[in-house]
Amino acid sequence: MEVPILKQGAVLIATFQAALSDADLNQLRMGLVQQVVKFRSRAVIVDVTAMDVMDSFASRTLREITHMIRLRGAETVIVGIQPEVAFAMVQLGLTLEGVATALDLEEGLAYLNEKFKSTN
Amino acid sequence: MTKREGTTAFPEPKRVEEPSELLRELVAHLRQNRTQLREEWVVRITETRLLTAMTKEEIFAEATSIYDSYVEALETEAFEALQAYARNLSERIIPRGVETHEVVGIVLLLRDVLARSLFEKYQTDFKKLNRILDAYEPAANRIANTVAVGFVQERERVIRQQQEAIRELSTPVLQVRERLLILPIIGVIDPQRARQLTEQLLRGIRTNRAKVIVIDITGVAAMDLTVANNLVQTVEASRLLGATVIVTGLSPEIAQTLVTIGVDLGKMNTVGDLQGGIEQAERLLGYKVEKLAEPR
Repeated sequence: MEVPILKQGAVLIATFQAALSDADLNQLRMGLVQQVVKFRSRAVIVDVTAMDVMDSFASRTLREITHMIRLRGAETVIVGIQPEVAFAMVQLGLTLEGVATALDLEEGLAYLNEKFKSTN
Repeated sequence: MTKREGTTAFPEPKRVEEPSELLRELVAHLRQNRTQLREEWVVRITETRLLTAMTKEEIFAEATSIYDSYVEALETEAFEALQAYARNLSERIIPRGVETHEVVGIVLLLRDVLARSLFEKYQTDFKKLNRILDAYEPAANRIANTVAVGFVQERERVIRQQQEAIRELSTPVLQVRERLLILPIIGVIDPQRARQLTEQLLRGIRTNRAKVIVIDITGVAAMDLTVANNLVQTVEASRLLGATVIVTGLSPEIAQTLVTIGVDLGKMNTVGDLQGGIEQAERLLGYKVEKLAEPR
């Protein structure tokens, strides 16, 4: 399944679809980092609004994506986690520790703006 | 000739009716005399002062459909239909304040009215009357039972619904500034209420696009392990939606509980009281509050 990745200046925006298989997630992990390298992006926003479940594999993949992208000097923000999904995740102990999160795309971009301002 | 007691001039029929035949016979009788028996029943209802919450027209309308359903249930023994009817009836009359004893009362009155009518019809044939009653009584009692149970179940459902509504009302999620929500919790939190609070809060974060939430537990006397963990989970889940939680008003007892059970307080942002919590929230949101003049 193709995950659309859009470029918005120095930020890449990847929009996850509803039912991503483990293979899709693996592909995405490599794909996103490659794109960060290619475009010299400063940040990636992963929009998971369409995901109505988040299992431990998806959760771990998101953490790994964040760490890999950080090694390229870029920031990752996960946005759009649904209330029901968030509830289910914390009950399973999947807290996405160490990963920045925001309510939605708008908030994610605002967060990144703040961050870039303070580091410039 | 064989000896018999109480013989009549002609021999007794060799065949005894099947129960279902008897049932059909009495059902036919009840149908034939429908108007009269129903009228009698309504009179009895009014005499015993039942269904005082309903008007005469309403009673008559309900009486008609209950009578017909009753006779149908006797005939077909299809209690699913009667059960469904009982539930339906309850849904309509519970909001009008009809009590359980009234519903049971009118069904028993109907049973009596119909039984008397059977006594009257078969009074000359005592053995037949007994057989008719053998068929009638179990069926009539099952009906009374079904209606009563259906009514009670419906009331219980309404009570549960109301309890749920009260629970939701008693914990409002309040917006006091742009992006700032306050959740004042008062009273006892059981695991169910805790879970409901979390769901309400998460939905509130989404709807109000909140960035900071102050959960005030000044009004909570005690907390057990499950609820304490739920609080931590609420904080974590809120973070996943991009919001920070500040917990205020922990009593010494609750502070002790949390430390004793080893809750990871590093995950929780706590401030002494609600005022302090709101002030910190405002700081986080970039507000600065300045006093411009003395109060008048």
